[in-house]
Amino acid sequence: MINTSTSMQAANARRWLRSVVAIFLKDWRSELRTRYAFSALGMFVVTTIAIILFSLGSEGAPPDALSGMLWVVIFFAAMSGLARTFVTEEERGTAATLQLLSPGSAVYFGKLLFNLALVTLLNVVTVSLYALFISGFVIQTGSIFAVTIILGSIGFAAAATIIAAIIARASTKGTLYPVLSFPILLPLLLTVINATRLAADGAFFQEAAGEFQLLISYIVVVITASVTVFDYVWKD
Amino acid sequence: MGLRIFLGLWLSAVIIFGFSLPMVAQPQHWYDLPIIPGLAEKARIIFFHVPTAWLSVLAFLSSLFYAVRYLRKKEPIDDIKSASSAGIGFLFCFLATVTGAIWAKFSWGTYWNWDPRQTSIFVLLLIYGAYFALRSAVEVEEKRASLSAVYAIIGGVTMPFFMFIMPRILASLHPEPLLNAQGKVHMNTMMLIVFLASLAGFTALYYWMWSLHVRAERIHYQRSQIHGGASRD
Repeated sequence: MINTSTSMQAANARRWLRSVVAIFLKDWRSELRTRYAFSALGMFVVTTIAIILFSLGSEGAPPDALSGMLWVVIFFAAMSGLARTFVTEEERGTAATLQLLSPGSAVYFGKLLFNLALVTLLNVVTVSLYALFISGFVIQTGSIFAVTIILGSIGFAAAATIIAAIIARASTKGTLYPVLSFPILLPLLLTVINATRLAADGAFFQEAAGEFQLLISYIVVVITASVTVFDYVWKD
Repeated sequence: MGLRIFLGLWLSAVIIFGFSLPMVAQPQHWYDLPIIPGLAEKARIIFFHVPTAWLSVLAFLSSLFYAVRYLRKKEPIDDIKSASSAGIGFLFCFLATVTGAIWAKFSWGTYWNWDPRQTSIFVLLLIYGAYFALRSAVEVEEKRASLSAVYAIIGGVTMPFFMFIMPRILASLHPEPLLNAQGKVHMNTMMLIVFLASLAGFTALYYWMWSLHVRAERIHYQRSQIHGGASRD
């Protein structure tokens, strides 16, 4: 008796996991076909870094300002691409089918994985371009910076996914996204900017431990809250 | 009606006492207020600024409470209550920000310096603003109610992070005369009485404005149900 119920639970969990992966792969493949988000994000990063270079001219900026500006580039680039995940479902009229076929939490995690992949890619590209072209930006403690980028990407994706789900249902989708995201992302932004500053100043890894704790708890809180309320946004 | 007049008299008394009681170094009479070092006459702002800040948080929590209740029960009245509370909270939040900035000009020499308190009230203002931007962007009533409720909840769970983040970035210069780190109260009895009277008066004012707003919105809602959503003027 107990055996069958646990095996049923395991089967359910497997099915749930399969839906998550399937939704992620579906989004990934359709992204590879159109390359909408890739090109939007890529062009945005190139444009913003070019503007920063133009505005700096031959002057250098202090490292503190540069580590803050890196996250300005990432924030606005992410805002231009991440909203698509749910908006495309509405535009293609596939939202209803997806609602029927898979549980809400599977949709949420599938979309979260896709956004995470996008943000990670975005961050890798942005950081490489930024380090390549902006000479004043030197990271002295690589380990702090690496952990900051990883945790920052997860946090960005977590907050961006639930806001994207909300605005997909609103009528003015494009302009509303940064407006709604900014207050939610601000705790994350302030923390990653602080951590990046520590990395640029060459602090010891332990000194950034408080920042990492904050980032991890932010991720846990936002994902938990999102899963709890996701059905109210997603289901009609 | 009677309560309204009483509230008007009560708040008038708070304003009169708040501005006219003398501030002296050694309070001897019952009506003397103490001079708080570094603040002097500027300390009078506590009677008006702190209650508005307190209400902007209270209104947000109340809005959050009704948002959660709406999601659970799907009663339109809970959405009306939640949105009305947010509207009044936005007003008080704006007042707290402005009075704080004016006070900062005279105490710190600048209207705005991203003090942790200023940053957190600014973020609360942003969340309120985004909440109303979202509400105006959704036409279907049920959808608008549940989306804005979800947004209020997501905003509500991320707000507390500022309490941990802000002290890491900048030490606050904001005075804490009521409850400081040592748990010591700098106010004397008279000052505490005026302050608590103001807090109670402002809270009652909030409740009165809120129930008026809820009643008006409920009538609008019922009329739109009867007339098929055509007239809402």
